[in-house]
Amino acid sequence: MEVLKQELKENIIEQLNLEDITVEDIADNDILFGDGLGLDSIDALELIVMLDKNYGIKLTDPKEGREIFGSIEIMAKYITEHRTK
Amino acid sequence: MKSEFRIKSFCHVKNNTISFNGSVIYENLESPDFLAFAKAAYRNFDIKYSKFFKMDGLSKLALLASDVILKNEHLDSQKENNIAIVFSNKSSSLDTDRKHQSSIEDADNYYPSPAIFVYTLPNICIGEISIKYKLHSENSFFIFDSFNAEHLLNYSNSLLSIGKADEVLCGWVEYNGTTYEAFMYLVSKEGITQHTKQDIIKLYTI
Repeated sequence: MEVLKQELKENIIEQLNLEDITVEDIADNDILFGDGLGLDSIDALELIVMLDKNYGIKLTDPKEGREIFGSIEIMAKYITEHRTK
Repeated sequence: MKSEFRIKSFCHVKNNTISFNGSVIYENLESPDFLAFAKAAYRNFDIKYSKFFKMDGLSKLALLASDVILKNEHLDSQKENNIAIVFSNKSSSLDTDRKHQSSIEDADNYYPSPAIFVYTLPNICIGEISIKYKLHSENSFFIFDSFNAEHLLNYSNSLLSIGKADEVLCGWVEYNGTTYEAFMYLVSKEGITQHTKQDIIKLYTI
């Protein structure tokens, strides 16, 4: 799980172009949207694509993302339970 | 031919150099490409718009050039600023269109990026500028083979004459991956330079 969390932080920073943020800046339980990392609705769509591309998880309802993308901890747990690749 | 309107200020971004009213205000000749140059310029001018890093090349170019002009206006962010935006270029959003196409051309590896897709229209750069400077104003983006001073002149004069805008930020914002050029100018009732076709072309070719 720790390896996955590290991988998620690296991918999020790279794919969402979070220029001034490093892996060390993101705690496992930090809120990713709103007042947390400040991600927006386009970022949420990008994360949905990332789940599909990297882990074979298809979210058909974008609203599901609100819970799944709550924090790195929640994302890692969901991916571990649902990944197909 | 005299005009009732004036060119208040103008800006060029090309060849790793940014100039304002004809004077170089920033250059970084060591940048290997526009994106590296834009990032360095963003930091140099302390623009403070974190979404900048998520934008495509065209929007970065447009935002950099407009920032040089608009920050000189010291706009009141608490007020609605009625500055219209009229931009033009040759390549539309082709560079981003190509990136989007490359993400969807392989049916077995079909992962279009939403962050890229949102920039597959040239006028998105106007939206970015409007958000940054809280402009709730008229805007248009035209595609021409080359810089068309006459069209920009007539369109901006029309907006000002019928009271659709107090000022108009006009320009040419061309980005095609390996080549880029921005020329922007602010049309107003104030300013030294006449707002005529000849004067626009003269400033464009500086």
